[in-house]
Amino acid sequence: MNAHAATPRVWRKPPFIADPRLRWAICLGALGYLVLSYATVTVNWGRVLEGMGRGAEFVLAFFRPDFVSRWGEIAEGFAESLAMTGSSTVLGVMVSVPIGLGGARNISVLPVYLVCRGIIALSRAFQEVIVAILFVAMFGFGPFAGMLTLAFATIGFLAKLLAEDIEAIDPAQVEAIRATGATWLQLINYGVEPQVAPRLVGLSLYRLDINFRESAVIGIVGAGGIGATLNTAFDRYEFETAAAILLIIIAIVMLAEYTSGYIRRRLI
Amino acid sequence: MLKVENVVKRYPTGDLALNGVWLEVEQGQVVALIGPSGAGKSTLIRCINRLVEPTRGRVLLGGEDVTALHGAGLRRARRRMGMIFQEFALVERLTVMENVLSGQLGYVSFWRSALRRFPARVVAQAFALLERVGLAGFEDKRADALSGGQRQRVGIARALLQDPRILLVDEPTASLDPKTSRQIMRLMTELCAERRLAAIINMHDVPLALMFVPRIIGLRAGVVVYDGSADDLTPERLTEIYGEEDWTVTTRAKARRAAAADDGEGAEDEGEADGAVRSSVAQDEARMGGT
Repeated sequence: MNAHAATPRVWRKPPFIADPRLRWAICLGALGYLVLSYATVTVNWGRVLEGMGRGAEFVLAFFRPDFVSRWGEIAEGFAESLAMTGSSTVLGVMVSVPIGLGGARNISVLPVYLVCRGIIALSRAFQEVIVAILFVAMFGFGPFAGMLTLAFATIGFLAKLLAEDIEAIDPAQVEAIRATGATWLQLINYGVEPQVAPRLVGLSLYRLDINFRESAVIGIVGAGGIGATLNTAFDRYEFETAAAILLIIIAIVMLAEYTSGYIRRRLI
Repeated sequence: MLKVENVVKRYPTGDLALNGVWLEVEQGQVVALIGPSGAGKSTLIRCINRLVEPTRGRVLLGGEDVTALHGAGLRRARRRMGMIFQEFALVERLTVMENVLSGQLGYVSFWRSALRRFPARVVAQAFALLERVGLAGFEDKRADALSGGQRQRVGIARALLQDPRILLVDEPTASLDPKTSRQIMRLMTELCAERRLAAIINMHDVPLALMFVPRIIGLRAGVVVYDGSADDLTPERLTEIYGEEDWTVTTRAKARRAAAADDGEGAEDEGEADGAVRSSVAQDEARMGGT
């Protein structure tokens, strides 16, 4: 380095895409697509005006929720939903743990890994409502179809996140346990489980309240629970009853949120 | 007791980590494995217990070919080789006792280990080991609550509970301060002497190795380039292992060690600028002589 004068004085961060033509083409293309997509969404303003009234009625119903006149149905719906939530979460977690272990590349072998990832992908590919429609067709209306739906959906969520968590664990701890001559099960029990257990519990609790909320949605397609009750209330324009149901759902979800937060804090 | 015969390791990336390593370690012999970063030290000790699969060559432990073993046979061989790690590799969320007891995983059934119901004899041994490494009363602390030196002591206790015939030690002091490093080295060499245990210790710190270990093996680019006593490790030898550098200071530490060993406490009186270093070397010698 002899030329002191040649030392640059200006510095710019190198652009992410080096070719300026390509860079601008991508930016303008994205912008154009956005404009066109908004243009295709048509709004029927007459219908909106008409709907505003109905919306207001619905919102107003929240100020006078009716817990009493349909209490029998509401109580039955919630009992069914809570049973569905608990049983589906327990079943889902029990199935997810082995699939999550098999789906973690660092502790699994390739064929098992591919099968487990396949199951996870399948479960994630179908939204709960679609799975619920299938299971209702297979097993008839009612909470059994709902429980299976939620358990199946739990696999896609829990097994995937568990597998990813396992892939991110500290390999040195696993190596140390392997070096003692431990079997595969002992390796999982001593080297992997302590590292992922708090998160597994946290995810299971989180899934518990997702399953509860989902139980309200899949009830609408006939999979039992509070969703069925809610759907009936809407069909009858009983917004006060619907409001009562929604308020109870909100209360339960909040309760679950606080409880799981508390448990998670205690665990880590 | 342990023989490594022409071990070659080529990683899938194409890197040739070991290029035909030969070495032999007798029962009760402690060996320091030195060499620059990337020379293959970690790979070599992991090829011995097959945490890394050697590409070619054989590893014989007590006459048995470890490289030919599978499944249960390999696990049985592994439990005779205790391993100690640079970053301690304790299971952070388990208690000290669980970490120590995990050294017995190769001996007990899954259910015993899963329920933490280890045989009473083993639990008694674990308590005795904790006391020996200076951690009596720490059994219910979580591993992540300990300091570096304490963690390494747990690591040592875990390795010893395997009832091994050899210790494979990967940079045991690289994460520790100089004083703790010496304490850990002293503890390990004492324990090896007490139990007639062989050990291969990977080290970056050449003066520390020279202070505690009688036999040095130098590894460069996957080949053994020095195998001899610590006394014969001259600056020329160090250049051969590490490349050109001024090694006189490194070997002077060695010379001091010899001097300290010869006239014992007298070395302290001559201390000038580096008197502190010198006296602690002398103390180490005195302590080692006392055990």
